[in-house]
Amino acid sequence: MHSFGYRANALLTFAVTILAFICAIASFSDNFSNQAPSAQIQILNINWFQKQPHGNDEVSLTMNITADLQSLFTWNTKQVFAFVAAEYETSKNTLNQVSLWDAIIPEKEEANFWIQISNKYRFIDQGHNLRGKDFNLTLHWHVMPKTGKMFADKIVMSGYRLPNAYR
Amino acid sequence: MGWIGETVDSIKSIKIRQLLTQAVTLGMIVTSALIIWKALMCVTGTESPVVVVLSGSMEPGFQRGDILFLRMTKEPIRTGEIVVFNIDGRDIPIVHRAIEVHERKTTGEVDVLTKGDNNDVDDIGLYADGQMWLHRHHIMGRAVGFLPYVGWVTIIMTEKPIIKYILIGALGLLVITSKD
Repeated sequence: MHSFGYRANALLTFAVTILAFICAIASFSDNFSNQAPSAQIQILNINWFQKQPHGNDEVSLTMNITADLQSLFTWNTKQVFAFVAAEYETSKNTLNQVSLWDAIIPEKEEANFWIQISNKYRFIDQGHNLRGKDFNLTLHWHVMPKTGKMFADKIVMSGYRLPNAYR
Repeated sequence: MGWIGETVDSIKSIKIRQLLTQAVTLGMIVTSALIIWKALMCVTGTESPVVVVLSGSMEPGFQRGDILFLRMTKEPIRTGEIVVFNIDGRDIPIVHRAIEVHERKTTGEVDVLTKGDNNDVDDIGLYADGQMWLHRHHIMGRAVGFLPYVGWVTIIMTEKPIIKYILIGALGLLVITSKD
């Protein structure tokens, strides 16, 4: 019962159990952080808006994105993945979500940002329903921890509208 | 050399009853592990409640060798969720993020487009020929939790199977030669 093998086994098992316990507690502590992020998106310009050869509408727009996501960072945060999605409804689909831009924020200092950019990913509809369409721009974030549970949430900004005619 | 002599002696001195007890104990351990695994499958709603990240396409968030805890609920997939999916004809699951979702009014079915965080292009090139979207039956689960580095054990055992055999052989020897 006192050989090296048994002692090593007991030590290793204990160490792994304690490690798992610490990871669980670290993740649990994330529940207690106060999160108060804020964001604003402004559409500066609709660059172009056309019906593509395959029949689907496509829009290119330039946005001004301001956000303060610093309060999302805890000591257990590895990075925050933020992205902006356009959400709208069409006659065939109850919900369409198209991601327009995303960024990886590795540190708290970089989480308070202002960026002016045209859409990183193509905004293409399933069909040609986008003329005059009202849509929401939602800033989503995904907090990826150093260990444990991942959190995600969003801010919905509504009141955006696409032009009534192609241009 | 004395250690080998001891091992041979202890193998010679095994009694049948003791051997059977040890075999039953071993069987109980294996069965409990199986029960826990199946229970996890029930609770999380997915066939593989834990997966190992194999590629670097989700860096720096998920590195190769991390493990992900999955859960699958009836709720439809939404953008931003990290999903694990299988392409028809390939057996290795892929862990990427949903960047586009279209939900049909009539059927409630969703079309999903995915992309790895570290990739420049979306996953259209990974899907089967002619496939433009992922559907619910391709998706095995959503990632809800994460542990770093623990998956390296699985990666090493898969890529160098000799280590798997050495490990099982050593464990088997330990069980047989233990005095209780």
